[in-house]
Amino acid sequence: MRQPVAILLALVVLAVLPTLAAWAGSPATVPLATRILIYGIAAASLNFALGYGGMISFGHAAFFGIGGYVVAILFTHWFNEAPIFGLIPGTNQLLITLPLAIVVSGLFAAAIGALSLRTGGVQFIMITLAFAQMLFFLFVSLKAYGGEDGLSMRRPDAFLGLNLRDRPTMYYLTLVITVLFFAGLRRLVRSSFGTVLDGIRQNERRMEALGIATYRHKLFAFILSGMGVGMAGALMANAMRYVSPDMMHWSRSGELMIMVILGGTGTLLGPLYGAAALLLLETWLAGWTEHWSLGEGLVLLAVVMFSRGGLIALLRRRT
Amino acid sequence: MILIIEQILNGLQYGVMLFLLAAGLTLIFGIMGVINLAHGSLYMVGAYAGTWFAALTGSFWLGLPAALIAAALAGAALELLVIRRLYHRSHLDQVLATFAIILIANESITLLFGRQPVFTLLPEAFSGSVELLPGLFYPAYRLLIIVAGLLVALGLSLLITRTRIGMLVRAGATNREMVRVMGVDIRMLYTAVFGLGALLAGLAGYLTGPISAVQVGMGEHILLPAFVVVVIGGTGSIRGAFVAGITLGVIDTCLRAFLPDLLNLMMPVAQADALGLGISSMGIYLLMAIVLLIRPKGLFPVGAT
Amino acid sequence: MKAKGLLIGIGLAATLALPSQAEDAVEIGMITTLSGPAGYLGQDIRDAFQLAIDMEGGTLGGVPVELKVEDDGLNPGKGREIAEGFIQNDGIKLLTGIVFSNVAMAVVPEVLDGGDFYVSPNAGPSPLAGKGCDQNYFVVSWQNDALHEPAGVAASDAGYKTAYVLAPNYQAGKDAIAGFKRTFTGEIVGETYTPLGQTDFASAMAEIRAAAPDVVYEFYPGGMGIAFLKQYSQAGLTGQIPLVLSEPSLDAVILKAVGDAAVGVQLTSHWNEDFDNASNKAFVAAWKEAYPDRPMTTYASQGYDTALLIASALNAAGSPENEDAFREALRKAEFESVRGAFKFGANQHPIQDWYLLKIEAGADGSATTTTQKKLLSDYGDPYMSQCKM
Repeated sequence: MRQPVAILLALVVLAVLPTLAAWAGSPATVPLATRILIYGIAAASLNFALGYGGMISFGHAAFFGIGGYVVAILFTHWFNEAPIFGLIPGTNQLLITLPLAIVVSGLFAAAIGALSLRTGGVQFIMITLAFAQMLFFLFVSLKAYGGEDGLSMRRPDAFLGLNLRDRPTMYYLTLVITVLFFAGLRRLVRSSFGTVLDGIRQNERRMEALGIATYRHKLFAFILSGMGVGMAGALMANAMRYVSPDMMHWSRSGELMIMVILGGTGTLLGPLYGAAALLLLETWLAGWTEHWSLGEGLVLLAVVMFSRGGLIALLRRRT
Repeated sequence: MILIIEQILNGLQYGVMLFLLAAGLTLIFGIMGVINLAHGSLYMVGAYAGTWFAALTGSFWLGLPAALIAAALAGAALELLVIRRLYHRSHLDQVLATFAIILIANESITLLFGRQPVFTLLPEAFSGSVELLPGLFYPAYRLLIIVAGLLVALGLSLLITRTRIGMLVRAGATNREMVRVMGVDIRMLYTAVFGLGALLAGLAGYLTGPISAVQVGMGEHILLPAFVVVVIGGTGSIRGAFVAGITLGVIDTCLRAFLPDLLNLMMPVAQADALGLGISSMGIYLLMAIVLLIRPKGLFPVGAT
Repeated sequence: MKAKGLLIGIGLAATLALPSQAEDAVEIGMITTLSGPAGYLGQDIRDAFQLAIDMEGGTLGGVPVELKVEDDGLNPGKGREIAEGFIQNDGIKLLTGIVFSNVAMAVVPEVLDGGDFYVSPNAGPSPLAGKGCDQNYFVVSWQNDALHEPAGVAASDAGYKTAYVLAPNYQAGKDAIAGFKRTFTGEIVGETYTPLGQTDFASAMAEIRAAAPDVVYEFYPGGMGIAFLKQYSQAGLTGQIPLVLSEPSLDAVILKAVGDAAVGVQLTSHWNEDFDNASNKAFVAAWKEAYPDRPMTTYASQGYDTALLIASALNAAGSPENEDAFREALRKAEFESVRGAFKFGANQHPIQDWYLLKIEAGADGSATTTTQKKLLSDYGDPYMSQCKM
């Protein structure tokens, strides 16, 4: 019964964070926190496939990039007043771009998932990686959208007359979406669908024997997971006002996985903690030494060697 | 015609390289069930150690044993200190731990050798080109790599099929639990296999030095293609790694070389170039996706993993 | 369970930076690439910049400065993060250091929108050189296109009629080929793009041999360049088909790693170690003393020039806080560049001379780069006329 209190406390801290940061003379903490929340959404979405569904995808950065590119491409066409293929007009309305980014990522996830789920184990890891690599190379060779150099957005999308360029505003928007997202994810995990998914992860054969169409359940979970990551990508495009193929590089997929494992696989809030821990660690180490990746490697190694179940397990043990 | 033969030789040489890396990966995965992302770091360790010793002594050939020893020792140490604790963990923990090893290895090499790529010696006798057929000149050093790779493949297959350790390896790849239950000292076997895999990676890294660049992060570029080879060949199968490595090497090289020209027959140059490049970059991944959709366990599946 | 709720708050609080010390020193933020295969580029820029500060005893233009450096890891997002930290937390108004165009594209607009200064020691992407130019954006090195056009001039001058061109398949590679083609008067008989990061050029070698061009132009910086030149030599093409390159494809580090395999190659550059001017001599002497084992690259010369330019502006304006005076002083470019003549064009990219260099077997047995002749005088870039300020 103390959990709601703790979450309420966390929300209060998060709500006053911009004021706190301004007071402490560290306004850059606000965009950093925005990125943490966005990565938290992405990692938690990946965790839905990976931790709850047992599908170890090494290609989720593809959906992150697609979500981002949907926003940036629509913006570019709107900005240049040149409809896509001369037919579809571009737009800068977040109320259109964000849902569209989610839908398009979902479509890609459906295609990739439908094919990939025919395999399992290490083959599944590699085939998801393969599809992500193909998309990565596709965007690298798309000269119309900047190729390797990426696509800049001079302004963020418009949303209800808010100025998303203002960092605290963007932060609060992200915070609201994050809270809604995790509330929805919690319901989803505890729904009958979530229970079936959990059962499939534990013993797929038994669920099949019970007459459950496991393939269809897994595919649906994979699509939802891709949609979540795509939404995070769309938010990131707005927060950074820049997208590039780098968003879909395989090391980004790896980073998302690390956030999940670091925070706690198969836990609701673990990936958010993992995202926070990883980004804060990088920021802190990089400000301290140019050999920051050595430190990061040692910390990650220590975490995996000496803690099972990630940060969330450490916290639970403490209390 | 000469161009085609030359490109096939190039593909063969790339394939041999892929095989050397994939052989270690597939054994480690097949026998211990470990996904070792740090295999590329062992490749890098071999290249740096060998190149350093070769520069010190002024002899390419003296660098070779140094590369092999350094990589094998690094591999054995990695197994003893880190991997050993991960056998019973999930693939995810292994991915995280070996990813951390990549970061540590790259930064340690930077601290030791600096950020500048290092100079590599080329054996004097192999520095030029050989005329294989009239009009077909081919770099002697690449021929050396092909021959060395084929010899290693032969030796490895003898080791696997004819020796006691090979029997254990085969048994381990087919049924890990059974080998343990039969009272084999599995710990020694694991360390030995890991060391062997590392040695092969170190060999590949050192051999690639004179044609490529010895630099930090060199292992990451070839890691993904090597994993693709492992998966296409069927995890745990040396034969699969060999067949898939050579096939992939040849296909990849030929796609790059001939696809743009071929597409050019059907469409304008600019489009053909862009499309050809796109497809050939995606080539090996596309191939893997297709193979896995038809044969989800790869071409030469070994037992159950 | 309370700890759980507090975790994020505590974590964030831990990153709240301390207020910057030394109130009187002007802080300069350097975002550069120090890790990965391209780490030596950023390292050279940083060390040469710091060298200029050290040679003046911790000041630039008589003004005490403090250089803050962070590694972007060739990750545009990371570069952006560092920029936000520098600008918002540390109140830094002057940034520099970015090596790669894609990082620059993510960072520079953000810096300029906030009214702060960015002085580029390397990347000069075209979107920021033409219509997208900005009064607070200065490029000391070159505009990306201008870097490659001299190579086409050199190849035409040498009387080569047919050329084979190669580059990695990314924006900078395509820009390089476009730049070479713009000024090369002969015929392009072959054009190959390889995937970025690929270091096996065997199939390209075969095609070059089959095409038998008069000259080969390639743009492969860093490790890719090392691999290309080694393989070119092993394929027996060195000495048979000449190479004319632009500077990044054969910088001093690549030359050291390749050695004799590069002898005879011609390249075009805006700077070389042997330039005979007082500023360059002082720079070379100081570098050799500080880093006796490290070859001198153009990246280092650009980092050093960037520091000298900033010194001249600080000397005139005192601080970037005096925005108008600082900008005016930067525009004048009144500093002794190690490359000799230097001034800014309308888009605040350099107008400078380009030289033809050649790799020769040095007296001590190691290959060296020697300057042959001046190729182009007061050369700008094709985007200058598009810039309206």
